[in-house]
Amino acid sequence: MKYLGVELQKPKVGVFDFTSCEGCQLQLANKEGSLVDFLSLIEIVNFREISSDKSDDYDVALIEGSISRADEVERLKKIRENAKILVALGSCACFGGVNSLKNRFPIEEVVTEVYGDMPKETEPVRRVSDVVKVDLCIPGCPVSKAEVERIVVNLVTGAEVKFPKYPVCVECKQHVNTCLFDLGQLCLGPITQAGCGAVCPNGKYPCLGCRGAFADPNYEAFKNIVAEKGFSMEYLKERLSFYNGFSGAYKDEM
Amino acid sequence: MKCDLNIDVHHLTRVEGHGNIHVKVKDGKLVDAKWAVVETPRFFEAMVRGLSHDLAPVLTARICGICSIGHALASLRAVERAMDVQIPKTAKKLRLLAKHGETLQSHILHVFFLVAPDFYNVGSVIPIVAQHPDVAGLAVRLKGLANDLCDLVAGRTTHPVSLAVGGLTKAPSKDDLAKMKIAIEERLPDMLATIDLFASLKMPAFVRETEFVSLKGVNEYPWIGGDLISTDGVVKPEDDYLAMTNEYVVDFSTSKFTKLSRDAFAAGALARFNNNHHFLHEKAREAAERLGLRAVNHNPFMNNVAQVVESYHVMLESIEMIQALLDSDLKDIRADYKPTAGKGVGAVEVPRGILYHCYETDDSGIIKKANCIIPTTQNNANIHYDLPELVNQEMARGKDENEIEKLCEMLVRTYDPCISCSVH
Ligand code: SF4
Ligand code: SF4
Ligand code: SF4
Repeated sequence: MKYLGVELQKPKVGVFDFTSCEGCQLQLANKEGSLVDFLSLIEIVNFREISSDKSDDYDVALIEGSISRADEVERLKKIRENAKILVALGSCACFGGVNSLKNRFPIEEVVTEVYGDMPKETEPVRRVSDVVKVDLCIPGCPVSKAEVERIVVNLVTGAEVKFPKYPVCVECKQHVNTCLFDLGQLCLGPITQAGCGAVCPNGKYPCLGCRGAFADPNYEAFKNIVAEKGFSMEYLKERLSFYNGFSGAYKDEM
Repeated sequence: MKCDLNIDVHHLTRVEGHGNIHVKVKDGKLVDAKWAVVETPRFFEAMVRGLSHDLAPVLTARICGICSIGHALASLRAVERAMDVQIPKTAKKLRLLAKHGETLQSHILHVFFLVAPDFYNVGSVIPIVAQHPDVAGLAVRLKGLANDLCDLVAGRTTHPVSLAVGGLTKAPSKDDLAKMKIAIEERLPDMLATIDLFASLKMPAFVRETEFVSLKGVNEYPWIGGDLISTDGVVKPEDDYLAMTNEYVVDFSTSKFTKLSRDAFAAGALARFNNNHHFLHEKAREAAERLGLRAVNHNPFMNNVAQVVESYHVMLESIEMIQALLDSDLKDIRADYKPTAGKGVGAVEVPRGILYHCYETDDSGIIKKANCIIPTTQNNANIHYDLPELVNQEMARGKDENEIEKLCEMLVRTYDPCISCSVH
């Protein structure tokens, strides 16, 4: 009944939001069929979006959103001090997410564009792990509720938390979809970590990599396919940058 | 009676995002009453600049986890109008069906999860689950239905996948649509029970005259596109949204304020009802009557009731729309198009009120400039000006600080503010 050396029975869970759309939090209230069972496994002590009750006594902190203001840094550090396990929930928390698109421009320009001559405080977007130690990352934009439930159950029962070691393509093929490359589109499925059930290609929309790179992506082969199919590197780069889930040498070298 | 009040609600709960309420009364005189949004601003209008037009709806859906379908639709409409893309009729219907799913999902979430705890004097829906399982059952079943409808048509409830420029990437199968129609019909008794429940709740009796802005219905209750209307008699074409909103920045809030004929106006379910009630499904109109909702209603708390009425309306309309879709072939769902330079506005009635996206594209379809005006932004000033009036009225009624604080919180909640949306 231990995870990361911490004893967990009915863990107290706090949910905290930072710069985000709160869509990942919302997933926690979704999947009505199992909601009541799920809530009986854990004790939610802090979840402002749905509850007025507040407490600083929690074992697990679920962090949603990226970090883009000084007060968020302070708040996050306090939560880290209180929490035994800190989980980054969703692509914003894990990679900076779509908010990272802001970092393409100088910060003053961004502020003036939106607020004119009454500027508001903001900073370049950072991921949660840039600020505090993160014990576990659950990617997705939004996270898959089924995956969050599975992970929380694992935490409660002390089982190891595992993510698929294969790309979205595998799940896409299980659904017997026509590959979107064959329909003339660029899909990031071959290099993206599975676990979403290939929800975008199932809807005939190409994967944009919201779950980030899978364990062992073959970037070279992927780049070749993309070029063969006639897409420019610029086009590929735009898609790779969308959720910021492919950081590191590959993205920068292109 | 001379009273002193010092209400300071830091990060109001059971709303989406971070907002504060400040009220100060000295010797029975109101000194300060403020609605201050302190949420971290997010700058989507800047982020979308330089992106390919087809990524704009994917990005701007992420303005909001609750009304992502609405944002995607407003964004698609803006892109399509900028490039003069005419989407097929079937696609229009399917998009509206996805929107109905979202409206139902969001309204049910709001009235049961966020508002109802106030009426049961508890902190959240969690004790309601234990103490009133029948009520919780209604919420869970109706919200589940709504999510299933969104999943079926848009591929996912939060952040749709199949809504794309030109129409949809994929239509649901007729089999699944037929099943969905039955599922909605089966939930109608739950909706009627919800109406009964709300008929038994007493909304606070607060009234402040205001202006209500929404889309203008022509033959039906309006959801996507068309002229804009206000209860003060203003009518503008969709493209003239700036004249309808007059957005401005205030120093105590990261979310902007707006105004039209007065200091403030309201958008949302009550505004839609006030402007378009005669287009509601007949049965939904009867429900409104039963719930004591008559146009033009100036009690903001009746927004919760209007949300219940709209929930019923969208269920009834969805059943009819699915039948029409079943009678058609579902083949023509996406128009071909070529990216062009242009400027387009998309106005969509999302759960919290009218939402505008406006983009300028270049001839390769790259977004050059973007503007988004969100319903909560439009409601901020109205909330702000409601507060002092509410406090004054309640003080005159002899209410104490705790009661007034609770009413202030309930007032903000009734607008169903979507704060992370409002600091897009
Ligand atoms: S990861 Fe996506 S769904 Fe989650 S908060 Fe960020 S933008 Fe919203
Ligand atoms: S559509 Fe995408 S995920 Fe599916 S097989 Fe093709 S590349 Fe892989
Ligand atoms: S298919 Fe790709 S973009 Fe879509 S949810 Fe899965 S990982 Fe994210």
